[in-house]
Amino acid sequence: MSTEKDIIETNVNITKAPEGIEGAGFFATSLDQVVGLARKNSIWPLPFATSCCGIEFMATMASHYDLARFGSERLSFSPRQADLLMVMGTISKKLAPVVKQVYLQMAEPRWVLAMGACASSGGIFDTYSVLQGIDRIIPVDVYVSGCPPRPEQVIDGILRVQELVGKESLRRRNSPEYTELLASYGIE
Amino acid sequence: MENVTQEIGKELQDKFGDAIVSQSLIIDFPTFVVKKEKILDIMNFLYDFELYKFQFLTSLCGVHFPDNVKEEEYSVVYQLHDLVRNQRIRLKVFTSESQIQVPSVTSLFSTANWLERETFDFFGIQFTGHPNLVKILNMEDQPYFPMRKQYPLEDGTREDKDDSKFGR
Repeated sequence: MSTEKDIIETNVNITKAPEGIEGAGFFATSLDQVVGLARKNSIWPLPFATSCCGIEFMATMASHYDLARFGSERLSFSPRQADLLMVMGTISKKLAPVVKQVYLQMAEPRWVLAMGACASSGGIFDTYSVLQGIDRIIPVDVYVSGCPPRPEQVIDGILRVQELVGKESLRRRNSPEYTELLASYGIE
Repeated sequence: MENVTQEIGKELQDKFGDAIVSQSLIIDFPTFVVKKEKILDIMNFLYDFELYKFQFLTSLCGVHFPDNVKEEEYSVVYQLHDLVRNQRIRLKVFTSESQIQVPSVTSLFSTANWLERETFDFFGIQFTGHPNLVKILNMEDQPYFPMRKQYPLEDGTREDKDDSKFGR
């Protein structure tokens, strides 16, 4: 007969504790890892959906694919509370300043995921009116390929973001390299 | 449909004379090329025309013909519709780049407001008398009129495209 403890250990997925030193009544590890663990499993995405990729994202959020399984069920429609900007769809040059403003309104630490061919590179729209990839105006952490990507690919993209979030050093956002990266996009 | 073209053409000739440059039937669409100075008068006339009352402006757009003679390089095409008798006609005016002004028809059709802004945005045609002739679809600082044929369709900032791989 299995105990309650066994059932929890076999049937419920709980995120693993980081490496550390364990003893009677204490557990010691680095702050980086604890904060990373908390952040990566509670990413609040801000959906910036402009076309068909947005429809795929709706499927990703809905019950069948259920992004909530990865701790991202809470979409933030205010950039100030969001951790992850998900740009999904064609961004025209007229819309580019809006995307940039949304990015600037997000609080640090912030990550960006470019979903689909259009957001990543302009896609089939190699034309005077379309921005040829959002990385021309803001730094992008993860690109998801596809036109549009399947929900599985979006989930994979989110997991890659989680990997980055979990491993990020707490000092990164204060480093000169990061300041330089932002400065290359004209962001103070 | 030929007799409709003749019928309307005769009335227009009687009223405006030289201002009607030519008339033709393109498939089933009576088409009149008119002098741009008279376009608003002609539209006002057709609005309260005896035979047909063209009281609906379906569409208005610009066209660039880079191979035409300089005086007829740019065109504005108007499509009018008589909703009662279900009759449609097309009016065309031609203009040159140096005299790109065309009278606005916003005083007659409010729908022409945005259509003329769009035509200005893409072809740079100046509609005189338009209440607010500013760009509508392109970004505000677009430095040129992109539908003019001398400008490339593709984005000029791409460096990863090798022309030879696109058969050019």
